[in-house]
Amino acid sequence: MHGVQGFMYPNELELQWSILIVLYPYLTGLVAGAFILASLERVFNVAAVKPTYRLALLTALAFLIVAPLPLQMHLGHPERSWEMYVTPHTTSAMAMFGFVYLWYLMVVLVLEIWFDYRRELVVTWRASTGLKRQFYGVLTLWSDNISPEALAIDHKLGGILTVVGIPSAFLLHGYVGFIFGSIKANPWWSTPLMPVVFLFSAIVSGIAAVMLIYMVTSKLRKTEISMLCVDTIAKYLYYAFIVDFTLEMLDLIHRLYVADESLLALDFMVKTKLFYSQIVIQILIGTAVPLALLASVQFVHWSAAARKAIYSIAGVLIMIGIFAMRWNVVIGGQLFSKSFLGYTTYKLDFATKEGMLPALVFLIMPFLILWGLVKILPPWEPDATDAGALRHGTSTGA
Amino acid sequence: MSTSATSNRRDFLKDSGKWILLTGAATLAWDFVAEGAPEQAPNYHAIDHWWGMIIDIEKCIGCGNCVRACKAENGVPMTDDAFRTWVERYVVMPDEPDKPIVDSPNGGYDGFVNLKQYGDGAKVFFVPKMCNHCAHSPCVQVCPVGATFESPDGVVLVDKTRCLGCRYCVQACPYGCRYIDPRTETVDKCTLCYHRIAKGLTTACCETCPTGARVLVDLKNPKDPIHEFMRTHKVNVLKPQMATGSKAYYNGLDGAVR
Repeated sequence: MHGVQGFMYPNELELQWSILIVLYPYLTGLVAGAFILASLERVFNVAAVKPTYRLALLTALAFLIVAPLPLQMHLGHPERSWEMYVTPHTTSAMAMFGFVYLWYLMVVLVLEIWFDYRRELVVTWRASTGLKRQFYGVLTLWSDNISPEALAIDHKLGGILTVVGIPSAFLLHGYVGFIFGSIKANPWWSTPLMPVVFLFSAIVSGIAAVMLIYMVTSKLRKTEISMLCVDTIAKYLYYAFIVDFTLEMLDLIHRLYVADESLLALDFMVKTKLFYSQIVIQILIGTAVPLALLASVQFVHWSAAARKAIYSIAGVLIMIGIFAMRWNVVIGGQLFSKSFLGYTTYKLDFATKEGMLPALVFLIMPFLILWGLVKILPPWEPDATDAGALRHGTSTGA
Repeated sequence: MSTSATSNRRDFLKDSGKWILLTGAATLAWDFVAEGAPEQAPNYHAIDHWWGMIIDIEKCIGCGNCVRACKAENGVPMTDDAFRTWVERYVVMPDEPDKPIVDSPNGGYDGFVNLKQYGDGAKVFFVPKMCNHCAHSPCVQVCPVGATFESPDGVVLVDKTRCLGCRYCVQACPYGCRYIDPRTETVDKCTLCYHRIAKGLTTACCETCPTGARVLVDLKNPKDPIHEFMRTHKVNVLKPQMATGSKAYYNGLDGAVR
């Protein structure tokens, strides 16, 4: 049976978009957020977050590589997805995904990483032998000019790419929000606030992810966590989170106050089917608690150890909370009938094509890719306090 | 006797058979219909038509003939969650006009039972539903590869050889008219029996409706009764606030219908 209460149109009994589609905005959000954090250092000269600059870029790349995979898995005919490139339907928001994705992957991220790492790639190429030499030769595109003039051009181009990258990151995730926000048939999705809410929640989740990855990798490498760095990241996380929370509450209050014909259905849903995922996990555990924790650091002088603990807990809760937010948007938007007269149930399978197992694989995969990227392109600085060291000849240490 | 003479005689007999069995218009279209492209038939000019449907709620008796005919004619999966057309039963109590009790067991395929369970005070009526063949279709707008399109004669169709199965159109349809065909992993919906109307026939649902509650109309044909009907009846479309340019015109549409 379909677990229906009230009346659903017969074709609505089965949900169309599963947990795999929940992953899509979640993963692209992490990409956009990680990139925004990287750009803080590059464009806005926030030197304190320098230790996370390259890590953030690699994190963004790792998640971006995985982001389209759940979509591919979900398609009835994944072998036809290339048709979005060759015969795109220009009025479709989804058709633009391929182009926005390619632009972001190839023009923004890969190029920026390449320019930033070019000197180290050439140095490694020259110093290595055999297969490794050939591999790094390919990565340098056999361009071995690392004269100060050439590096200065790299640096300048990297800066331009970051400036281009910020609106691109906004486009990447704002556009994901538009995919949902532009569906007028669905009042749960249809709001012009959706792209903005998606964007700020993306920034929040991406910053939290990079902060956590930085703290965990520092622990694994047995190096000191730069408190100046994590304090600064936490401060920006706090500010972005306030904006995100405000926007979400604005959306909620607007719905409650306007109280159009969909409100009865949506209100009932939030109080029943989405109570745990929305009220408990997203709003209480995923927003109120981490927001209070981050606020406490701004007003109370905690010790460094306490701050690390606070950031770790807040970071994990934020990651869970933003996942719950994506879940509530994607799954929640399909639990009620477009007749507003009934509700259905989403049953999450385990080892099926669109079950929990592939979702877990897609969640773990970016970390494996990041591990590989870190091995190939070590993001660590020889001395986190010396931002200029890399540009003056000392080799990198992995 | 030469082979070509035999062949000519066979061709002559076949052609004569066609002429005898079919009327002139349908015969001209025969080859194209057999190839599965009736719209290319020389005597069917898509641009000359603009198809829609009148659904008269006051005439519908909820027999489910249209649902059964549609499933049989179009090979719609025989499951309870895949319908090109379905019938809903509305029960509206006098003291709660905005809270109708609605059901559509198996899409109305088997008709409806327990008609009296809500007592004499209730207003009970049936609402056949189908693709509204909107002139400004949200489903067409969102399809990433243009697999869903509007034909020149106003029918929203799906090219199953191009559909990705992304289901964005299913989300975008305000009326719940689309489903995924599990056999092809592509989207499916009412085609307004395009294979029939291009031959000059009516749709399977209209053909089998015993009360004439569903009537295929051609808005470009000045002689079509639709024009007189629209002048003399209070006609509305479903969810007019969606502004989709729906061409399923309902007579006697109660405000409770969603």
